[in-house]
Amino acid sequence: MSVLLIAEHNNKNLKPFTLNAITAASKIDPEVHVLVAGSGSESVAKEVAAIPLVKKVLHCDSPNYQNYLPENLAPLVTKNADKYDHIVASANTFGKNFMPRVAAALDISQVSDVIKVNSPDTFVRPIYAGNAFATVKSNDKKRCVTIRPTSFEPAPKTGGSAQIDKVDAADIPNFSKFVKREETKSERPELGTARIVVSGGRGLESGENFKLINDIADKLNAAVGASRAAVDAGYISNDHQVGQTGKVVVPDLYIAVGISGAIQHLAGMKESKIIVAINKDGEAPIFSIADYGLEADLFKALPEFLSELNKLNTIQK
Amino acid sequence: MKILVAVKRVIDYNVQIRVKEDGSGVHTDNVKMSTNPPDDNAVEESVKLKESGKVKEVVAITIGEEKAQETVRKALAVGADRGIHVKADSYIEPLGIAKILKKVVEKEKPDMVFLGKQAIDDDCNQTGQMLAAMLNWPQATFSSKVSLKDKSMEIVREIDEGLETVEVNLPAVVTCDLRLNEPRYASLPNIMKAKKKPIEQMVAKDLGVDITNRVQQLKVEEPPKRKAGIKVANVAELVSKLKNEAKVI
Repeated sequence: MSVLLIAEHNNKNLKPFTLNAITAASKIDPEVHVLVAGSGSESVAKEVAAIPLVKKVLHCDSPNYQNYLPENLAPLVTKNADKYDHIVASANTFGKNFMPRVAAALDISQVSDVIKVNSPDTFVRPIYAGNAFATVKSNDKKRCVTIRPTSFEPAPKTGGSAQIDKVDAADIPNFSKFVKREETKSERPELGTARIVVSGGRGLESGENFKLINDIADKLNAAVGASRAAVDAGYISNDHQVGQTGKVVVPDLYIAVGISGAIQHLAGMKESKIIVAINKDGEAPIFSIADYGLEADLFKALPEFLSELNKLNTIQK
Repeated sequence: MKILVAVKRVIDYNVQIRVKEDGSGVHTDNVKMSTNPPDDNAVEESVKLKESGKVKEVVAITIGEEKAQETVRKALAVGADRGIHVKADSYIEPLGIAKILKKVVEKEKPDMVFLGKQAIDDDCNQTGQMLAAMLNWPQATFSSKVSLKDKSMEIVREIDEGLETVEVNLPAVVTCDLRLNEPRYASLPNIMKAKKKPIEQMVAKDLGVDITNRVQQLKVEEPPKRKAGIKVANVAELVSKLKNEAKVI
């Protein structure tokens, strides 16, 4: 039997986290088929067909799927679910939105946010903001699984030539409508996949002061993150939030500036390889998980940090 | 119009949880419990819609043990009109919870169901979407702004790329994000008044739905602990460590 993975894309390009989900899917079962549902999405189907781990592409091109409304996408997935033992997607706002609709329609209890595949029916997933890991066994005959992308390596993108099968669109319920999407544009790397993340918290005191974070991020070719407190205070937009209900990041280097380290923030970054904390409160919980802690006033430390970085001959990209 | 708002009792978000030595779960005895944080946003939004005059009645529901009723009582104290407590002694996974909610929706016939986007204990993020699918209703997840119209709602959703706006016809399921609003605190007089508001009692296993858990928890363990790090004296030392010891810049 095989796995049906639902691709995330913008009708032109595949979103990178789909590659991580493909790796996870291949650990469940090597027979990985990928559903590309979109509008004017031929280039995405071709891109997916070139991924060596993908054995077949199901391509459904229809205006119904232009904006991946879950009310439209879920019936297409359930219609094509018969032949598959597993239905898989990334556990990001894309997969979280539609997968439970598929699971409920098929009367399946979904396994969310898997970080390790032990066997086709047994998975490890974080609970309580990652403060515990649960090993769970799904007793359903068919399984719906979402994958935490940062826990799996991205699949190689080229060298494959999977067959592309056209599939028909499903009926849509016509009770929801896409209005608009405001994507935050940035020249910086994406927060979810960046090698280095520099994050600011309430200690920054204002949105203007995030310039101090941005300057360091630009120097290090890093993404900019934020604590929930900073987002709630309106210093920076929601798509920068790292934490239990924001994004989970696993960079090589995570620099937390003016962030005390609430449980829900740690949930989003504590798997980072190296953690640096800069905070004026020496008792802040963030120091308990930091590899390098600097107890200092960030308004002095960040300009110094930038000038020290400027002294370096080379900085890794 | 009428809103059904669902609340869940969970370990308080500030509690550092402890995993049981035998791997069967986490310690809950003598641990502070409270309403799941985004459920508070769901209650607040429901009450605000009532205050705007567009909504006539807000019914708060919880599913769980005896003490779960406290979460409904709290919702009543900030403005919900009446409560429903569906008693269940053990953990029910989101699929079962959604089936119970569907039963209640069929009886109560609300125009909207509001829930938190995710419970901070099992971190599943499923119940609202599942309920919407079972009812064949539209859904708006991760909602950070809700504008109620006559027969629809326009909702701004927090997505990974930024913000997305959708319009969903009523009836609909809305799952709430933390920035949707600022949940209010109950005043003492309102807490007293809430004690007189009715809470209807039901029993989960009497509702005629299959709530058998399909996902079996084999073990719960602590995640690998990070090794304790060091404090550096100044920025120059920090940069030197990152460059020469950790080799990450």
